[in-house]
Amino acid sequence: MQRKLLSIALAALLIPAANFAYAQAKPAAMKISGDTVKIGVLTDMSGVYSDLGGQGSVTAAQMAIDDYVAQYKPKFKVEMVYADHQNKADVGSNKAREWYDTQGVDMITDVLNSGVALAVAKVTQEKNRIMINTGAASTRLTNEDCSPNTVHYVYDTYALANGPGKAVTKAGGDTWFFLTADYAFGASLEKDTTDAVKANGGKVIGSVKHPLNASDFSSFLLQAQASKAKVVGLANAGGDTINSIKAANEFGLTKNQTIVGLLTTIIDIHALGLPTTQGMMFTEGYYWNLNDDTRAWSRKFFAKHKKMPSMLHAGTYSAVTTYLKAVQAAGTDEAGPVMKKLKELPINDSFAKNGKIRADGRMVHDMYLVQVKKPAESKEPWDYYNIKAVIPGDEAFQPMALSRCPLVKK
Amino acid sequence: MTEIFGIPIQALMGQLTLGLVSGSFYAMLSLGLAVIFGMLNIINFTHGALYMLGAFLAWMGMDYLQIGYWPALLLSPLVVGVFGIVVERSMLQWLYKLDHLYGLLLTFGLALMLEGLFTNAYGVSGQPYSIPEEFMGAFNLGFMFLPKYRAWIIVASLLVCFATWFVIEKTRLGANLRAATENPKLTQAFGINVPLMVMLTYGFGCALAGFAGVLAAPAIQVSPLMGSNLIIVVFAVVVIGGMGSILGSILTGLGLGVIEGLTKVFYPEASATVVFIIMAIVLMIRPAGLFGKEK
Repeated sequence: MQRKLLSIALAALLIPAANFAYAQAKPAAMKISGDTVKIGVLTDMSGVYSDLGGQGSVTAAQMAIDDYVAQYKPKFKVEMVYADHQNKADVGSNKAREWYDTQGVDMITDVLNSGVALAVAKVTQEKNRIMINTGAASTRLTNEDCSPNTVHYVYDTYALANGPGKAVTKAGGDTWFFLTADYAFGASLEKDTTDAVKANGGKVIGSVKHPLNASDFSSFLLQAQASKAKVVGLANAGGDTINSIKAANEFGLTKNQTIVGLLTTIIDIHALGLPTTQGMMFTEGYYWNLNDDTRAWSRKFFAKHKKMPSMLHAGTYSAVTTYLKAVQAAGTDEAGPVMKKLKELPINDSFAKNGKIRADGRMVHDMYLVQVKKPAESKEPWDYYNIKAVIPGDEAFQPMALSRCPLVKK
Repeated sequence: MTEIFGIPIQALMGQLTLGLVSGSFYAMLSLGLAVIFGMLNIINFTHGALYMLGAFLAWMGMDYLQIGYWPALLLSPLVVGVFGIVVERSMLQWLYKLDHLYGLLLTFGLALMLEGLFTNAYGVSGQPYSIPEEFMGAFNLGFMFLPKYRAWIIVASLLVCFATWFVIEKTRLGANLRAATENPKLTQAFGINVPLMVMLTYGFGCALAGFAGVLAAPAIQVSPLMGSNLIIVVFAVVVIGGMGSILGSILTGLGLGVIEGLTKVFYPEASATVVFIIMAIVLMIRPAGLFGKEK
């Protein structure tokens, strides 16, 4: 009996040692948990933002995986799961927890809706995995709530606010009134635009907060009209932006005031049509008709999704590709080393040229100040924008000197 | 300028008018719900989806078949009504004798399916439906520019609400209907075809939702979610007015639209909840609703 116990004890001691020796002997081998890199797309599949991300993001992520596997033939398997977070922070964070705990998910992407994103960021840090957020807008993700496990990839409220805040104010639109969605994202967008307007000599004379998914915007717009502000900034998104713009046209705001959609995307313009939206200016992170690269990728995407990509879709494709490259380079799917590689490797693809992920998790790349074409200027379906300016990444995003992120050493 | 609680009276008048516009939708939708509940004892959760269906049918007619606004205003409710009748004959009629919960679950499930189908086919961003030529432009009311189309919404909904109230409360047909709800067996004994009346009532209630949908189409984006954004408020309106009360639901619908409009001026953050606060208060004081009768 004693001998048996002794041998068990010995074996118990030896197994980790043997493992250790094995690991030492083969340093170049990939250390991928379960030989599978698993990517989770957590998005709004059926609610207000589902055209912005939704199925399009799932398609983009799958395209990225297929293209990566075909091109690099990695030694590990790549799998994808996706889920609907219903724009609810608790649903989102529970799903993330389940994915990390029981399904071996290594990285979660999309996560639009700032409320959900902030909750998922916390779970991701607690479980030491990675979130590459391509959907949410709040700058808190890389400031007060920054985390060594978060990358904020496509855009944020600072970048959205800065372009029109500067351009419109300098062009004479120096008094602003805001229509703001009443949650984290709206507040963040209003604050960042206010800063940009003030920095350029303009002033904000009022704002009104509306509930998410408001069914009618006319009374909010009437207040905006009564304010006599030269510019009405829409600090909202998706269906709320669409209905605000529609009502602004009906109530004749567009005659005397400039309407600036602060988070307007090609999806909204497509839904409203050029006659209603012509002349509007805003910031975009991507446009399919920029150059041959973007056209080629977007047409591939269009063939699968039947709609041109939003910046979230193109960003999700790029994020998944970049992540897989970082896993390959790090030789593991462990969050720490992968994140180190993510912050080292430059990003060059159809979405970003010389993109770079900073210490605070912010991915810095060029943004575009666009103006919606007149119906007569548009040559084909989805031909909607004139590019007014390319905003270089360093100017588009909040400079590191202003960072409120504790990870950044000053 | 005269001010009330720091708000210029002109702005207040403007908001009151807009409140009447949203109140018109509440009135029309809650009226349909009240008619259906009063006659069939069914809590019709498909109502929001039918409102969406009405709007989508108008858009589809315009986009695929070049059917204009005016024919759509007639045709679309008709199609929605027929759809309602099919639902009533094939599914709902088996549930009248069971608990309310069964009807609620069935109609709720149907609503989810309808919305899911349209979301899948058209996405949530919705489709634009332009304002008919006749209603381009706005009236100058002195205190605000009221787009002509918004004025039409108020007129049309008042007409429809009044007509419905008149038919049910003041005509022989309405009297038969009320008798059929009160005592179906006895009414049948007098030679009145009760199942037919019930079927037509449900169809009519659904058509009202479709009509509201067509009215809404030019004013807001035609989207699969437009009904679900509205329907919960409309249910609160019905509860406040008193389940099954025709006049109650019309008056409460308009009244709550106005109160909500005022909330948007004084404290916009609460505009989504004010109706529910009122509902809670009303339920504490008058559990049967403002116009309801205790059974």
